[in-house]
Amino acid sequence: MIRSRIWKFGDNVDTDQIIASQYLLVTEPTAMLPFVFQSLDPEFAGTVKPGEIIVAGKNFGCGSSREQAALVLKLLGISVIIAHSFGRIFFRNCINIGLPLVTMEDFSSIAGQGDEVGVDLEQGNVFYGEKVFRFPEYPPHLLAIIKSGGLIEHINTAQED
Amino acid sequence: MGMTITEKILARAAGEQNVRPGQIVNARIDWLMTNDATTHVSVDLFKHKLKHPRVFAPNNTVFILDHNVPSETVNTTRVQNIMRGFAGEHGCILYDGEGVCHQLMVEHHVNPGQLVIAADSHTPTMGAVGAFGAGVGSTDFTAAMVTGSIWLKVPPTLRFELKGRLRPGVYARDLILTIIGDIGSDGAIYKTMEFGGPALSALDIDDRMVLCNLAAEAGAKNGIIAPDEIVSRFLAGSGRAVSAQDFLQSDHDCTYEKVYHYDLDKIEPTAARPHFVHNRAEVSVLEKENIRIDQGFIGSCNNGRIEELRVAAAILKGKKIKPEVRLIISPASRQVQLAAMREGLTDIFLQAGAMVVNPNCSVCWGACQGVLGPGEILISTGTRNFKGRAGSPDSFVYLASAATVAASCLEGKIADPRKYDGKETK
Repeated sequence: MIRSRIWKFGDNVDTDQIIASQYLLVTEPTAMLPFVFQSLDPEFAGTVKPGEIIVAGKNFGCGSSREQAALVLKLLGISVIIAHSFGRIFFRNCINIGLPLVTMEDFSSIAGQGDEVGVDLEQGNVFYGEKVFRFPEYPPHLLAIIKSGGLIEHINTAQED
Repeated sequence: MGMTITEKILARAAGEQNVRPGQIVNARIDWLMTNDATTHVSVDLFKHKLKHPRVFAPNNTVFILDHNVPSETVNTTRVQNIMRGFAGEHGCILYDGEGVCHQLMVEHHVNPGQLVIAADSHTPTMGAVGAFGAGVGSTDFTAAMVTGSIWLKVPPTLRFELKGRLRPGVYARDLILTIIGDIGSDGAIYKTMEFGGPALSALDIDDRMVLCNLAAEAGAKNGIIAPDEIVSRFLAGSGRAVSAQDFLQSDHDCTYEKVYHYDLDKIEPTAARPHFVHNRAEVSVLEKENIRIDQGFIGSCNNGRIEELRVAAAILKGKKIKPEVRLIISPASRQVQLAAMREGLTDIFLQAGAMVVNPNCSVCWGACQGVLGPGEILISTGTRNFKGRAGSPDSFVYLASAATVAASCLEGKIADPRKYDGKETK
């Protein structure tokens, strides 16, 4: 069970906003962290605390395929992202590196910046105030990747068998 | 029940008779491609995380340096050398400064009916020759490089039925910006955008690449067009023989999630305002707003092919761009650049005051060439106008056709191209 404060973002947040092109050739991932959400919310990178949750609108993570966008959010300690919908490559990237995502329509129009939210990934529940919101279980093939800790670990395990 | 082209390609790649939208398949990959924006992440995963690293099919794995080319910093060269070294060590195909990745894949490799996975979001471009192309991130790429296959969810298909003919001064670029304005940046998430109908007979490979490429900006998994005589001639011209059975068509009784109808005669010169590709505006409206520009760009994986360069040259011929405007032109590949030189287009551009640079992602990538300063305004044939995409987070990018970019550079403000190329019939 994850319980933490949320950071709110709007619709169509693209991966250029999460981490801009000019930082992608930084090969030490932690050196990219000060620049996360530089254009949308310059306070974010210095203020976000491990375990915190992102809640966003439609199409979060659209645009460029850069996996660094998923990686820097994971390295900053984001525990889960709840959005109305996700860009499809970003969705795969997060699952592949073991950053959980929850697709939940309209939750971002209910929850406010800084509110506390609980997420139970196993049971498929989001707790907000007195309310409980359900989300469907991941499909089995995705669950297998998540349970392995990511796609690379999943392949390593499969090659052992 | 019949299948769409996309379903047929995925069924073949998965070794299934039939597939349906929503079904998860493990698909065999024909071509795998990665570029210098992110390959170092994949190489790191390959070398340090995989227990049994190997390249499944080096002859079908293509490494392309196109994003920061030529290198602008010591660090970029260091990172690019990781990629060059890996390609050499494992025998992968390497293109170094030859052009923009999707252009090179279509020029040299990808055939109808094939399945292409690449670590770049604009891989839907492959649909121009009737292939399935989808973008992935570095971990997916690495896994695909090792296994030769990838899991994919079969997408539902949105059909875009195109009739009529684009009027003079209006191009495929205007059509796709119109469509994305209609359906939105999330209008095709996880879905296929299939373009078809009688209008296709007047849209050549370059136009088709423009349409399929920007499907990514509506969130699509892939864009696709049924291969026809035009594709057949293109492939023959590049020395590729393809079997007729690879020219897959959607069955008459296939299922489309939705069908959209467009009459190309009604399409207007169209732009996208900052900072979203779906922020559609007619160029004639923008012209009245007197939007001054600091820079123009013709190039990127969406544009910068010979057709577009011809259109821009027809507008710029014998004229000068405004001295306060910078116009940067990056042909999509070496092949395109050579053709432009042979046809005298490069002379026209240089005499008009443009900078003609090497084939690369250039201004569209916002990290190597023609980077914008705070408050600057760019009009671009690039793929995206996201905040900060071309440099400063406080700069502004308008997307438009090569014709609109050329006309705007002549006037120093966003301008309707029809007063310059009204005689063009395409």
